[in-house]
Amino acid sequence: MTKRILIDNISSKWMLVCLSFFLLLPLAIGTGLVLKSEDLLTGHTLSSLIFSADWSPSEDKFGFWPFILSSLWVTIIALIISMPLCLLAAIYLSQFAPKWLLEFMRPVIDILAGIPSVVYGVWGVLVIVPLVGDTIAPFFNNESLGYSILAGALVLAVMSIPYILNMLLEVFRQVPVELGEASLSLGATKWETIKHVFIRKGATGILSAYGLGFSKALGETIAVMMVIGNVVQEPASVFDAGYPLPALIANNYGEMMSIPSYDSALMFGSLLLFVIILAINILFRYLIYKSEEK
Amino acid sequence: MTLRRKLEEKFFRVLTALVALLVVFVLAHILYTIISKGASSLSWEILSQEPKGGFYMGGGGGIVNAIAGSFYLAIGASILAFIVSLPVALFINIYLIRYRRLLIGVRFFLDVLWGIPSIVYGAFAFTIMIFFGLRNSLGAGIVTVGALIAPIMIRAMDEVLKTIPIGLQEASYSLGSTKTETAYKIFFKQALPGFATAVLLAFGRGIGDAASVLFTAGYTDHVPRNLSDPTATLPLSIFFQLGSPIEEVQNRAYAAAIVLTFIVLCISITARVLYRKK
Repeated sequence: MTKRILIDNISSKWMLVCLSFFLLLPLAIGTGLVLKSEDLLTGHTLSSLIFSADWSPSEDKFGFWPFILSSLWVTIIALIISMPLCLLAAIYLSQFAPKWLLEFMRPVIDILAGIPSVVYGVWGVLVIVPLVGDTIAPFFNNESLGYSILAGALVLAVMSIPYILNMLLEVFRQVPVELGEASLSLGATKWETIKHVFIRKGATGILSAYGLGFSKALGETIAVMMVIGNVVQEPASVFDAGYPLPALIANNYGEMMSIPSYDSALMFGSLLLFVIILAINILFRYLIYKSEEK
Repeated sequence: MTLRRKLEEKFFRVLTALVALLVVFVLAHILYTIISKGASSLSWEILSQEPKGGFYMGGGGGIVNAIAGSFYLAIGASILAFIVSLPVALFINIYLIRYRRLLIGVRFFLDVLWGIPSIVYGAFAFTIMIFFGLRNSLGAGIVTVGALIAPIMIRAMDEVLKTIPIGLQEASYSLGSTKTETAYKIFFKQALPGFATAVLLAFGRGIGDAASVLFTAGYTDHVPRNLSDPTATLPLSIFFQLGSPIEEVQNRAYAAAIVLTFIVLCISITARVLYRKK
């Protein structure tokens, strides 16, 4: 008998240890990255790091603005492309389409969301880069190699579609059927019902899906890095090459030991990414929980 | 007025259908591109050999180093993640079930953890490795990817455990079993098919992730023999080979992409079939 209680004791302690590990993990990541970037922060002010465009590590100049700007450009353009597409597709699948199509598409979308980002990157190199370089850029009287902000944004938009679409389908599923039926029985058309009932009722959920999609896209590394060109500059147009933050971190880890403060700078970059994404995630997850509680 | 409403209805019916079709088309196009590009360069040599001399200049050999490395890494990471995820998922559903606010808090927290990008995990793990003077290795990769996929695994297990009625738990207590026995003998058995899905999903995520292994697992032309060897992985193998200007090397990247896609598709389809059967 005592043996059983002893086992129970040990096992519950172990469970608690495991849980605490995960609770402490983000804290540990945050602290670790802050400690590593301290080196950089003592020599430079925070605003000069973020808003200066002067990037030459060998001369001890670390201006992150080109990278932040590239990241924002790519992510925002990607979201502008994918937001309406996801919403309309979600409306079709959940409202207009026959039931079997929705049942069929749900796992398919799920599976597509699991395709590794490097595969999206390969597709981007094969299809999107030539498309931008040979067709879209000349159409706007622009010269571009194809490796550009726009190419990154297109790949990112396609990548985020399964992710956002999945969440949107969930949002529409949670709207009570009776609400829609009440609206229909009052003589509203299907579309009017969707417009006035479903979208309004699901507004928080839709917003959260977009928000989480944004944070996911912001942290995406390898696929974007493969098509965006990786040139340190403040992109002036969408046909210019860019250099987003995650790509900076991923590209330079090899040489970061050879230049003083370089490793610290890269960790500062990770810290920026971590803080921004964590904040966005907390905000929108909170919104989701609030809307589910109601 | 009525005509305008009818037209609006028609217009949006067609528009949403077209957009849905476009989305399906684009996603199908990705698979089509990968398969049509990769199929022609896929050969037994590529699947079964390590890179030979001058591999990255177009020399002979294959990508078995990356295939084996990816499997070692993802299997190791899944096992590690399972070892820590199982107690957490059980703890949430057995010990915390009576504390609603705490329960919501923990789930919320795990969801947030899920959102941290893998490059941040990679960078953080790298700083720790430097701190302890460790080199790139299979072991370091396993730990990093394990930490990355554990939140996914916990939440997937949690979703399964959630569905177990509380009466089962009470019945088990009333027969005199301890919480641990209830957890591992009753809950674990009940949720086993769901757990298989959770592990497979996390495995699929782990095998496809590139940004976290870039720093931690390194890259090598050989199949790793032990945990302290560096290891190649499929996503990085694709990435590096595609960066080469030589066509033969690029073709091998397409072949590797097909292999990776095939593995991930198989895993996620199996995961869903298992879940449906239950």
